Amino acid sequence: MADTTGVAAIGIGQGSVNPVPRRVGSLAKLGRRKSAIAVLLCVPLMAIIFGLKLWPTLYGIYLSMLNRKMTEFIGLDNFIFLLGRNTFQMVMFQSCLFAISAVIFKATLGFVLAHLMHNIHGRNERMWRGLLLVPWVIPLSLSTLTWWWLLDPSYSAFNWTLEWMGFSKISFLGEAWNARIVVILVNTWFGAPFFMIMYLAALKSVPEQLYEAASIDGANAFQKLIYVTLPMMRNIISITVLYSLIVTFADFDIVRILTNGGPQDSTHLFATYAFTVGIQSGNIPRGAAVSLFMLPILATFAFLILRGVNKRNKEINS
Amino acid sequence: MSATTADNAARARASAKSGSLTRQRRWSLWGSYAALTVFVIMFLTPPFYMVMTSLKTSAEISAEKGNPWLVRDATLQNFVELASSSSFQRFFFNSAWVTALVVIISMSIAILAAFSLSRMGFKGSQTIATGVFLTYLVPPSLLFIPLFQIVGWLNLIDSTWVLVLLFPTLAVPFCTWIMIGYFGSIPKELDEAALIDGAGYMQILFLIFIPVALPGIIAATIFAFTVGWGAFLYPLAFLYKGDQLVLTVGIVSELIRGDVFAWGKIMAACVIGALPPILIYTFLMDYYIAGLTAGATKG
Repeated sequence: MADTTGVAAIGIGQGSVNPVPRRVGSLAKLGRRKSAIAVLLCVPLMAIIFGLKLWPTLYGIYLSMLNRKMTEFIGLDNFIFLLGRNTFQMVMFQSCLFAISAVIFKATLGFVLAHLMHNIHGRNERMWRGLLLVPWVIPLSLSTLTWWWLLDPSYSAFNWTLEWMGFSKISFLGEAWNARIVVILVNTWFGAPFFMIMYLAALKSVPEQLYEAASIDGANAFQKLIYVTLPMMRNIISITVLYSLIVTFADFDIVRILTNGGPQDSTHLFATYAFTVGIQSGNIPRGAAVSLFMLPILATFAFLILRGVNKRNKEINS
Repeated sequence: MSATTADNAARARASAKSGSLTRQRRWSLWGSYAALTVFVIMFLTPPFYMVMTSLKTSAEISAEKGNPWLVRDATLQNFVELASSSSFQRFFFNSAWVTALVVIISMSIAILAAFSLSRMGFKGSQTIATGVFLTYLVPPSLLFIPLFQIVGWLNLIDSTWVLVLLFPTLAVPFCTWIMIGYFGSIPKELDEAALIDGAGYMQILFLIFIPVALPGIIAATIFAFTVGWGAFLYPLAFLYKGDQLVLTVGIVSELIRGDVFAWGKIMAACVIGALPPILIYTFLMDYYIAGLTAGATKG
């Protein structure tokens, strides 16, 4: 009250000055209220991110440096022990082999499928796309069960077909390299539709004039692919591949159900091995250490994705 | 005379050329159809076999004779048995209410946060948006062991509620990301006009943003549904008692007792478990794909 009278006193004879400070004040108040509401709306999101993502990650790092009974701090001993173990070296090898080859297969197959879909010019596109999306839509654990039944050693449908065609039976899940290839192929089957969708969307966004210009310059189909399509899709391809590398690297369902790491731990990935060590054998710190081996790799990919997304956003906005 | 023959020859050549072009195009079209058919057959082999096996009697499966790809005497026996099995009913029911709660919780959190981050903007909101994207990339297989300890402290091991707590962590970041994109594409003039007319922020959100961004909301809801219905690692790590299991884990652990595989029943359970997502995608696929590829189609 005293302030307003003071302002009014100064403002005598300058009538119009009077309401200005008050409006600024209410605007500032409105601004403060706005950002207070804005922060409030983000609280649940922040609670989830900090409480159930960031904190468990940090806690996992702490856990991995304890001894088995979680009574003593032992530094990096768990990591050193794991690195010296033959089984774990195999896990690292298999994780890399699984992630890299599955992503290459998925990306290639997705690229081919996207081109085929693009070739039919949207005729019945919805139907074709729907049929090709089925592997991606069925919950992975359920379709993996079906794969297991298809590859069953005693009476598998695939082996029956092989014998019917005059070949001999194959032990799909009983031998190390067969099992390794099978889990990669099942992951390819599951993930290729995702790549198809992304690449098809990217293909459709390539301006038709570019192809016309290339045709006029005498480019053949292969040259159009190399000099028009790929450069235009480069960013989407790299983002999709990096994203898929993360997801595939951290994959769990397929190996857990199909082989449970066998035969002789030859198909274990970081995630399934961490489950076996940490939950099933009850060595929680060592299990945490196993899964933490993924962290630097995932962080690198995440950084690259972020850079790609930012670059793309800049391209779109410019 | 010679001029006309030359002319005719040229015309014939031209027409032959255009004919070969359309022929080439037709070949490429049919080739594409043929290749797509081959891929569809490859992709649909497991679901087809799933359905076929679910229709077989256990006698037919254990006989191990004849063509396994076809059913000789189709029966719905497996489905009937599952429908009357109290443990399977429990799995289905658990999956249903967990998914419903996860969708509601995730979408509420994601919509509020996306509105705030895309429109109200405060100090550090850009950092948070980037952080949301990064947390989406933190996979559950990195977190389940520390979470096992944390869930233990909360006394939630062996309680289906643990999924209601944890599944939103898988769904919220991506849903928020989709919603930020959709909200960001709504023209600023729309909410400015509403502000001038005296609407509050909540009114703007509920009366303008949510109706306008409905396609995005459908896309994000489908994603949250997929997570709630199909996720496997968290229920496997945190749930052990029969009456607390959800569908994905229940089928694997309850129907496989020892070395006895009731494959007919297992496949019937898989068909039942796969149907809800397939139905949803059949009707709402376009929204989901539009939401997923929003970043790929721009520019």
